Amino acid sequence: MTARLWAMSGLLVVIGLILQVSLFDAFAWQGVVPDLVLMVVVAGALSRGGQAGMVLGFAAGLLMDVAPPADTVAGRWALALLVAGYVAGRFRQDVPTGRPSVTAVVAAMATCSFVATSIFALTGLVLQDPAIGFGEVLRVIGIALFWDVLLTPLVLPVLLTLYARADAEARRA
Amino acid sequence: MTQLQNRPSVGREGINRRGSLEPRDPRSPRRSTAVALLLACATLITLDKTGGVLDPARRVTGEILGPAESAVSTVARPITSVPGWFRTRDGLKARIADLQDQNAKLQQQVRTSDFDRNRLAEYDGLTRTAEAIGYAVVPSRVIALGPAQSFHRTATIDAGSASGVRPDMTVVAAQGLVGRVLRVTSTTATVLLITDGDSTVGGRVGSSMKVGFVHGDSDLGDGGANQLELQLVDRSSIPRRGDTVVTWGSAKAAPYVSGVPIGQVTSAYASVRDSSTTAAIAPFVDFGALDLVGVVVPSGTRSDRAIIDADGRLKK
Repeated sequence: MTARLWAMSGLLVVIGLILQVSLFDAFAWQGVVPDLVLMVVVAGALSRGGQAGMVLGFAAGLLMDVAPPADTVAGRWALALLVAGYVAGRFRQDVPTGRPSVTAVVAAMATCSFVATSIFALTGLVLQDPAIGFGEVLRVIGIALFWDVLLTPLVLPVLLTLYARADAEARRA
Repeated sequence: MTQLQNRPSVGREGINRRGSLEPRDPRSPRRSTAVALLLACATLITLDKTGGVLDPARRVTGEILGPAESAVSTVARPITSVPGWFRTRDGLKARIADLQDQNAKLQQQVRTSDFDRNRLAEYDGLTRTAEAIGYAVVPSRVIALGPAQSFHRTATIDAGSASGVRPDMTVVAAQGLVGRVLRVTSTTATVLLITDGDSTVGGRVGSSMKVGFVHGDSDLGDGGANQLELQLVDRSSIPRRGDTVVTWGSAKAAPYVSGVPIGQVTSAYASVRDSSTTAAIAPFVDFGALDLVGVVVPSGTRSDRAIIDADGRLKK
């Protein structure tokens, strides 16, 4: 990825994070909001591959760990989104248009949502941060999955277009 | 051999595990990067778990992102809080269904009032709270709520060290206790809500004056009921249904001042196994619709905004 692509990804992550905590908390379903940051990571990994996805996931997760109002042990979201970036990279298809198919996008998003929330919850169970029940964990994973798949058709095409355009510009330059 | 010597760039091609030469997609994940990042995660988790090494990083991030969150919520709140008013009204309806005539009058009032009047009523409530608990409070708004995916209940408020807010101060709303301040930046503060699984508040049952500990049970549902658990120190006493639980306060009023209402006992049961009494508490504060809160500060704190003093007056 070029410096410009990284800058764009960083900006998208920050925007996603702020919207997630300051706007979508009003629409939260049982406290669960759509993972906008995860969507940026998945879009980045789908268009730029697993290598970029991992690094982007790590950086975005680290930001989620330290940005207010987070009070989690730092490194937990970084780990979760790092793995999500890797997994999303596996869904990337080497097609001439550079655009992955709709099924691939939805499948990638659903898998990554499940993987990321599960890894985050598992590290929480190991670290006792905080002590929570297993049923509660499953419920949150389920709702988060629903939210993410619901918003995928609205958000992912926009993100993928942004990446494709930035890609084309970088190739022209 | 010639191919190896003439390869265009390192990493593009390489000898794979089976010993044959094949082009390597530069976009596919590299094992070295994966290992490095995984180790970085492990290091971060260990560092943060053992001590507050990352506090400066959190502070810097908060200083930068805090104003942005504040701006977004200022624009979004008037729109997004509209469903909140309906939700509160539903709650009201359920609670005073037996007082039909009063209910009707109240609903009339709420329906005719617009957003500004609701906000004014909130300030009124906070003023009354300041009077009731006898401390000065810094009024402030919730600008961000942590998602339930984090399994933590935290919020960011738009008052920070410039307004006289310090870590370990009590945060209240018009209805009762909200939480305590974890850390501050110059313009924002992060609040640990009492419904968080890690939160423990000293509570006292109003009718019997028995003391115990109120834990958040991390149940993130926004139904409002039974989000807290009270464990009494005196195991022989069982609180009655409807009893009010208030804070009993900590030394030097940090992190919790005394006498702030927390919630109401909805059910109590004694466990035979460990001979303890546990009561489910429904908090007075609706954590699904948090907006205006106050941070309890010592009277006479210097602040960049008006403080509601203990006598209920706004003080510049």
